[in-house]
Amino acid sequence: MALAATGIIFRREFNAYVRSPMGYIVAAVVLLIDGILFYVTALGPDSQFLSGEVLEQFLYTASGMTAIAAVALSIRLVAEERQAGTLLLLDTSPVRDWEILLGKFLSALAFLSLITVATLYMPLLILVNGKISVGHILIGYLGLTLLGGTVLAIGLLATALTRHQLVAAAVASVITGTLFLLAPLAERVGPPFGRFFAAVTIHGRHWAGFQDGILHLRDLVYYLAMTYFFLFAATKVMEAKRWE
Amino acid sequence: MVHLTDVTKYYGSKRALGPVSFEIEKGNTVGFLGLNGVGKTTLLRILACGLRPSSGTALVDGFDVLRDPHAVRKRVGYLPELPPVYRDMTVTDYLTFAGRIKGMSPEAVARRMPEVQERTRIVEVRDIPTGHLSQGYRQRVGVAQAIIHEPELLILDEPTHDLDPVQIMEMRAMIRSLKDSHTILISSHILPEISRTCDRLLILNDGEIVASGTEEELGEKLFASRRLAVTVRLEAAKAGDGDRAAAVGAARAAIARVPGVTGVEIPDSPGSVDRDADAVSFQVEGDTDLRAEVCRALVESGHDVTTLNRAERGLERVFVGLVGKGGTWH
Repeated sequence: MALAATGIIFRREFNAYVRSPMGYIVAAVVLLIDGILFYVTALGPDSQFLSGEVLEQFLYTASGMTAIAAVALSIRLVAEERQAGTLLLLDTSPVRDWEILLGKFLSALAFLSLITVATLYMPLLILVNGKISVGHILIGYLGLTLLGGTVLAIGLLATALTRHQLVAAAVASVITGTLFLLAPLAERVGPPFGRFFAAVTIHGRHWAGFQDGILHLRDLVYYLAMTYFFLFAATKVMEAKRWE
Repeated sequence: MVHLTDVTKYYGSKRALGPVSFEIEKGNTVGFLGLNGVGKTTLLRILACGLRPSSGTALVDGFDVLRDPHAVRKRVGYLPELPPVYRDMTVTDYLTFAGRIKGMSPEAVARRMPEVQERTRIVEVRDIPTGHLSQGYRQRVGVAQAIIHEPELLILDEPTHDLDPVQIMEMRAMIRSLKDSHTILISSHILPEISRTCDRLLILNDGEIVASGTEEELGEKLFASRRLAVTVRLEAAKAGDGDRAAAVGAARAAIARVPGVTGVEIPDSPGSVDRDADAVSFQVEGDTDLRAEVCRALVESGHDVTTLNRAERGLERVFVGLVGKGGTWH
């Protein structure tokens, strides 16, 4: 039943993204901004980057857009249900909180991945017209997926905390923004805080490898661990609130 | 089926419920009656495993709501005050989701779907998104999701909330049709809804059950007396008003002489004295059921008894007496 329940919730939530304008709006905004930035970087009249640098630049901007999209997609997942009263259906059904959250997380990750895949034409343009490897693209997109998953987990924690999507958006943005800003902060602050910030930041050194087309096991583990941590925290919040 | 022992619920230091203890037998339809904010929803949500009691034990079909919540959830169908429908899903998709999330296989849901849609009369809207439905239909879909997995216990919190009079009648009929297959708990502050649908009533006030029983039992407990309505034909009084007054007095005296009668009065209502039919009605108070004695006394004193009934007290009066305030019922 465990995986079955997760699958049932996954299908409902994924269909909700497909049926609602919200999913399309997020997809449209991501594709538009990624496209504009790609044009400016790679195809603009003053562009003098090498093809590898263009891909790195694209992955860099795409990472920011992926994080923003992840926040936008995740904030409705629990808060909206709590507001509409539909969470009571799940709360009074024989399903565990982690099953509910995992189904919701996977649906958001699947939809976010679809949006990310839709940007693939840009790296493919570089591949056709320049000198980059397919591996670089794959590793970069693996990084985008891992980063997106971590921010989705942060969004799930935020949305589990409240019934207001705006509050959830604020909480998720503050956590994600802080974890992003720790990267430049780490470069300006001496040890031990600088090293701590560098180890914790969601971007910076953990992201750099994916952007450069180099897969480090430590970065993979970092994103998976962060995702697990925030999903675990969200589950504990849901457990506490289920009986309130 | 339901067994509560000293259940309480506190929000901080504020007591919302209890201590409450009661039992409900399998197959009963029980109404929880009380004004708004007395703890009805709190009590029902504890039984639906949507709220943790602060203390006490709540068992559903022998399973503790805290120790075995999933076992309880499988046996309970719950309709909150606002039906928990996803507005972007069609009725059939939504009910399929509800059935599956409650542990049914796809085949079982498919088998059960036509019957549920038939019983809740939503066949004609099955392909429409629930967000496009009227409140009445949405409420019926809410009942459908509560019964899709054939729960033994059905909990309906204010099922006629926001419905128009026709929809209320339809909802009552639907609930009555479900009595054969479920133990049903209904909460309401609307008195006729409770009295016409339930076998037994539990009246809540300030978080506590202040009375339980049938409407009749509650009336008797509260007033500790029995009241009769008697209509007597005054054959001897056709001559004039003076004779009529004398005949009324004689009938009243005959009733008053019956041992156990504590009061006789002519109700202050238009039909109490019917000059055309030459009849007068009395209300008789007694400490036991005195129908036979009153009838015999009137006949032996030469009066014709045309009607003799136990007077209906009405649930509203019972309710007012129990909660001790004016109330806001309809």
